[in-house]
Amino acid sequence: VEFGLDTFLPITGDAAGQPVSGDQVIRNAVEEAVLAESVGIDSFNIGEHYRTEFMDSANHVVLAAIAGRTERIRLGTAVSVLSTQDPVRLYTDFATLDAVSDGRAQLIVGRGSLTDSFPLFGFDLADYEELFEEKLDLFTRLLREQPVTWSGRFRPALEEQFVSPPIPAGHIPTWVGVGGSPNSVVRAARYELPLMLAIIGGRPERFAPYVELYKRALEQFGKPQLPIGLHSLGFVAETDEAAMATQWPYYKEQFEWAAQERGWRPPTYEHFLAEVGHGSMYVGSPETVAQRIASVIRALGLSRFDLLYAVGRVPHEQRLATIELYGREVIPRVRELLAEADRAVAVGVG
Amino acid sequence: MRLGIIGAGKLGTTLARRAIAAGYDVAISGSGRAEDIALTVDVLAPGARAVTTEEAVRHADIVVLAVPTHRFRELTPDLFAGKVLVDAMNYWQPVDGDDDELAGAPDGTSVVVQDRFGSARVVKSLNQLGYHELDELGRPAGAPDRVAVGAAGDDPDAVRAAMRLVDRLGFDPVDAGPLANGVALEPDGSPFAVTYEADELRELLARRAERSSSSALTEWPAAQRSSTATGSPQSRCRSSTGPPRSSSHRSPHCMSAASAGNRSAPFSVSR
Repeated sequence: VEFGLDTFLPITGDAAGQPVSGDQVIRNAVEEAVLAESVGIDSFNIGEHYRTEFMDSANHVVLAAIAGRTERIRLGTAVSVLSTQDPVRLYTDFATLDAVSDGRAQLIVGRGSLTDSFPLFGFDLADYEELFEEKLDLFTRLLREQPVTWSGRFRPALEEQFVSPPIPAGHIPTWVGVGGSPNSVVRAARYELPLMLAIIGGRPERFAPYVELYKRALEQFGKPQLPIGLHSLGFVAETDEAAMATQWPYYKEQFEWAAQERGWRPPTYEHFLAEVGHGSMYVGSPETVAQRIASVIRALGLSRFDLLYAVGRVPHEQRLATIELYGREVIPRVRELLAEADRAVAVGVG
Repeated sequence: MRLGIIGAGKLGTTLARRAIAAGYDVAISGSGRAEDIALTVDVLAPGARAVTTEEAVRHADIVVLAVPTHRFRELTPDLFAGKVLVDAMNYWQPVDGDDDELAGAPDGTSVVVQDRFGSARVVKSLNQLGYHELDELGRPAGAPDRVAVGAAGDDPDAVRAAMRLVDRLGFDPVDAGPLANGVALEPDGSPFAVTYEADELRELLARRAERSSSSALTEWPAAQRSSTATGSPQSRCRSSTGPPRSSSHRSPHCMSAASAGNRSAPFSVSR
């Protein structure tokens, strides 16, 4: 199992609660990634948004800076909004990142749950499905079979086109991010791409039918079985109490904004408790968080777990502390729990 | 009872699964060929039949419309002639894009849907809760923690049919009045995405009706509906503006901002 960290480069607060400047947030993210490597985390993945609270609009530039400061950690996105990207440009950016990082680039591509990029880049939300399908088609071809001859609705056709730089076979592992649309699950299987479930609310076990759908779809399309990953939210501190006390106010603030924008109900503390107890917030001491992660990995048969760490404007220092605990304590403990469970199964007591 | 579901996404497949469990004969369609959704239906709603949209309508005594809101106009206007059509869609600009007709509909989007499908008997219902709440919160009639779901429509027989569907899916149906009252069940209407018990929901809708008749009719909903960017959404959980909740109320279900409503895949915490 691979363990990643995901971030959207949120505008954080400083010690006095004042917002940190956007450029500083970006430099802080590089430091967070450097720490992530030093504590043994497998990957560092950055989102793609176009709004004032997130500084991740050019994630490949940040990832390239991280590449220059690290040697081992994989560098990816969570997620790239492929629907409003030019697949050729996305390819060149990440093939180049793959080169400068010596083969460490990876991607999660998705349709985007926030739709800010559609008007910004001149796309019509009415084409939401078609855009993603067409761009995924071109992007996977660029990854797999250059030169490419291709035509579609949304960009000029390509005729026997080579796009540089070339990448070695199998490089830039590309996952499809899915939030619950069955059609997207089937599409990931059809393109023979691994599946990344984004579960940010409710019990993760309710996604088990989607795992089943993905496996059956791969089978039906005659493809080999592929890895399944999970992206969820969390925060780790020395004790459960400290983790809850630190995360809750920021979580509340973040979801209140979301509630205003979307017509959702604002979050309550009971809601937060339920999410932490058995939902999609992995918040607590290293032991608590490790137990929950190990449990969901087993329940859904996961090969990858990405933690979107520290929801909201949690200050940089506490983000670093979470990364340190996740790498040094949570991940080794999850591996231990999974190994114990495997041994138990092997001797017939599991 | 034969149920047709138009839309095989999160909401459509969830409703199909619950309806099968409730004993319905279910036919469900996606935007394309039946075989494109056959596997999805087989895994997520075993027992339901994957068919074309025309077949789903022909099959059904009652039809649920569960397509992405910005795509309902792709369906032909006379498709649902004479049928009870339960509109389970919600319009959210951030997801559906700008749609002046839906955004500006003073009496809610289901009135626009009725205008589009003039020969259908439209009832607004099943739009209030998130898809996994519809999946998980269904309870037998009489259960103390049964959640209420409103139904608004102009044809009394159609409303009754929709309410029977709601009931059999495991929710307490509440008659929300004429279709134009459906606006109260939409995002920014206070019962949206909240699990009320039937009496609470009735009281809430009655109070809203009083307000509407005693003040300038257009003012209240317009103010509510324009609150997207700047307005203050009412506190909907244990709301100070809503009715008091009984102590048995299931607060853990009064949750999941991330899952509220029947729309779209949350990858981002800020949706």
